[in-house]
Parts: sequence; C-alpha cells; structure tokens
Amino acid sequence: MGQQARADDELLHAPLVIEYGFNRTTGPVVGAFLTGLREQRVLGIRGADGRVVCPPVEYDPTTGEPLTEMVEVGTEGTITSWSWVPGDREGQPIPAPYALALVRLDGADTAMLHVVDAGSPDAVATGDRVRIRWADERSGSITDIACFEPVGGAS
Amino acid sequence: MAPARDVAVVSVAQTAQRRAAAGLSETEMIQPAIRAALDRIDASISDIGFTCSGSSDYLAGQAFSFVMTLDAVGAWPPISESHVEMDGAWALYEAWVKIQAGHADTALVFGYSKASPGDLPRVLTRQLDPYYYGPLWPDSVALAGLQARAMLDAGAITEEEMAAIAFRNRTAAADNPNAQLRGSASVEELLATPYVADPLRRHDCAPITDGGVAVILAADDHARRWSDRPAWIRGIDHRVDSHNLGARDLTRAPSIALAAEKAGATGTFDVAEVHAPFTHQERIVVDELGLAEGTTLNPSGGALAANPVMGAGLLRIAEVADRISAGTAGRGVAHATSGQLLQQNLVCVLEGE
Repeated sequence: MGQQARADDELLHAPLVIEYGFNRTTGPVVGAFLTGLREQRVLGIRGADGRVVCPPVEYDPTTGEPLTEMVEVGTEGTITSWSWVPGDREGQPIPAPYALALVRLDGADTAMLHVVDAGSPDAVATGDRVRIRWADERSGSITDIACFEPVGGAS
Repeated sequence: MAPARDVAVVSVAQTAQRRAAAGLSETEMIQPAIRAALDRIDASISDIGFTCSGSSDYLAGQAFSFVMTLDAVGAWPPISESHVEMDGAWALYEAWVKIQAGHADTALVFGYSKASPGDLPRVLTRQLDPYYYGPLWPDSVALAGLQARAMLDAGAITEEEMAAIAFRNRTAAADNPNAQLRGSASVEELLATPYVADPLRRHDCAPITDGGVAVILAADDHARRWSDRPAWIRGIDHRVDSHNLGARDLTRAPSIALAAEKAGATGTFDVAEVHAPFTHQERIVVDELGLAEGTTLNPSGGALAANPVMGAGLLRIAEVADRISAGTAGRGVAHATSGQLLQQNLVCVLEGE
C-alpha cells in the first residue's frame, strides 16, 4: 500500500484505561435472580410454554410476552457443553485452568454459562454432574457462584 | 418484496490483511483502501451521497473513534454519514436502505479494525450481556469451543472435518495476495497440533488481523455509469438469534436460514463467501444456507485466512462482487456474522447482468 511502517522501537507506548462510569438498575427479574444468589438460592422463570429459563429472562424467548413467575431451581446440574480454558486472563472468576461450561441446573430447561473447577480436561465431560461452589462473600452477582465443581468426582 | 431500486456494488478495495499494521493509526490504515475504491471508478468523495462505516470503539480504545477515522474520507466537502458498531456488512445494509428510501444514489461503505494492540478474545467478551456473562470474562475462543463441543457431541462434525475446513480455506488463500495466512499444513499435520481451547486447535480459529475493506454502492444508471459489469444486489436481509447461549441449540443458527429465505438466496450459486471465524461455524453456515454441491466456497480463503473484526463480513460481499464484476462468476451469495457464536447474520445475493 506504499505505507512506511515505523520500527517498533520508534513507537511511543502508553497505558490506556477505558471506563464507562455509570450505574444500571437490574430490574425485577435479573435483580431477583442476583439477590437470590446472595442468599444461596437460584431462581429461574417460567416461560409461556411452561419451560423454566435459568438464568431468568424478562421476556419470553419465543412469544416476547413479559414473564413474571419466578421458580426456584436446584444448585446441582448437568454439563451440556464445555471447553477448556488453559491460561489466565484478567478478570476470570477462578485461576486457570478450568472448563467454561453450560450447566443445566436441576429443575431448569435451559443452561447457565459458568466455569467448572475440574483440574484437567480429562476430568470433565458433557453429561457430568456438577454443583455450585458458593463464594464466601456474596454481593448479588453471577460471581456469587464462585464456580461449579464435579459431584462425586466421577467423569 | 422486491426492492424499489436496483443497487449494485460497483467498486471494492481492501488493505493488505496482516497480523499487525504497526505504526499506522486506523485512519492511516483504511485511507488507502477508500482511495483505491474511489480511484477504480474514477470517482471522488463529492460523487458519494452517503458514507457509512462499521468499526469498534472497544478495539480502537476510544469513544466515537469512527469520527476520527472519517479523516480518511477527507475533511472537505461535508458528507452525510453514519456508523454501526457492527461488521461493515451492516453498514452496507444501512446504506442500501438509504438508497432504497431515495435519500442517496451512491454510497461509500467501509469496515475495519486494528485488533493487534489489545487482547482480542478478552475485548470481545464486552459484546456479551453485563449481568450473566460479562462478569465471567468468557473469551471468544472458549465460547466458540462450547459450540464446537456441542457439534462434536451431536455428531454434526468431526475434528478431522474441522481441520479439512481450515486446510481448504488456507490453501485457497495461497492465491489471495491480501490474505494473512496463505497456504496450510496437511490435515494430518494440523490434527497433530495441541488444543488451544479443547476442542479447538489453533487452525480452528481465525487469525487476529489488522485491516479493512471499502465498497462503493450505486443505484440504477449511476451503477451503469461507473461499472461495465455492476454486481447487483438482488436480495439482502439480516436476522438475529437469541443472545441467551444456554437456551440456543448451538449446533444451528436459524437466523441464517431465515435471512437467506428473505434475501431470496435459493437456487444455485457460482460462488459463496461465508463469514465463519471458526472452522465448525462454516459447517453451520453452509447447512443453514443450503448451499448446493458445486458452489465454489470461500475462494478468498475466508475469515480463517484473514479476519479483520468489523471488516471480515463486508469483505465477503466485496470478494463475491469482485468476482462478478470480473466476469468469473455470474451469481453469488455472501454471508456476514456479527457477535458471538453466529448470533447475528446477514445474507446478500449478488448477480451480474
């Protein structure tokens, strides 16, 4: 393209922190879910077709109608898909390595995204049973669930 | 419903797609492509009725970064412009609507990014909802791994087939001077490499790319004046699947099939360019489009050979249009995706006279 790239040692470098400093209100559905986590309870919501969506959504995924019937689901569930996270990145909920996973909690019909502290990719499989490990200090956040851990250690 | 006006792609130009455009700002990087797209049809910015771009403030590290990039269009004359925080294919859609509405006869569209300065898989976590997903910082490669696993578990693809998709795309890219990854190791060699995010190996993931592409649209006689062989947009549509990953069947993307239906993407195509940043996603796109055997798929090498975020979808349209204008294809289909795990999809049907 006829452009002259400068050698890297000629470039000036400076750190840049991006912040969007505003607060949000989580509303009656997401807020109820997050408040439940603080109390070690997991809430889903009943959809128009009777299926329980967890984490809950404000509007029905198919019909779009507002949903209101919160339903408590279990704190154990089944892995429906997973991938392995081998290395650390800033912000991750637990130190790597771990599995990123979709977990369908007992009593729910959809899966929650979270992480499984499985130690090694050989120790995790689709269909495995896992349970919530709660964070010691909870503030009403998805990270009030510290992670999931295998039930019984079987894989 | 048939569009009110015939609109065509009359010129395209792209930057070299490369791992890092070191020393260049986004503006300096995309400007030569914009200039080349105009020069190819001997036009200037004063001939353009509407300008629309697709880029990401999160990658640029600056709010309203696209305003700065407008320097690449020139400070004079004043222009009518807009921007999408999406792939440039959606900027093209906005320009197409603008022309259909009669508010412009011609448009300049471009999409670009420099992903090299940051940690792209981490930056892309900011596309996710801020309550259920964002606080977990689930990087884009691990998320794609969930989808690949779902397909492997369902028997919808094998790791060998995924490697073969990487091999085909990167082998095709050997003939594309703009591609970042040109040529491929054998499927056997690819399968012998370790996982980067089990079940994904490095070849299953698009490279991190700095680059962009510019496209010029024109309606009716404006198109015929600028091009001997305009690539007419016969249909274009975009649709979305739920952002609730745990409620989706990740082995499918029904929004692609719906967009294809609405865009009239039926029958046979000489060429298809699909935007699949991960090998297993190409299988989903091809299945949802219902592409017939014999369609030349991703002759450019696709996103697996060069993936400028916010440009790679528009690049698919440009690659199809370029082949139609060159006379090497009569009818083609381009697909673009935006967001994670093929959440949002656009389908565009292009045809020569």
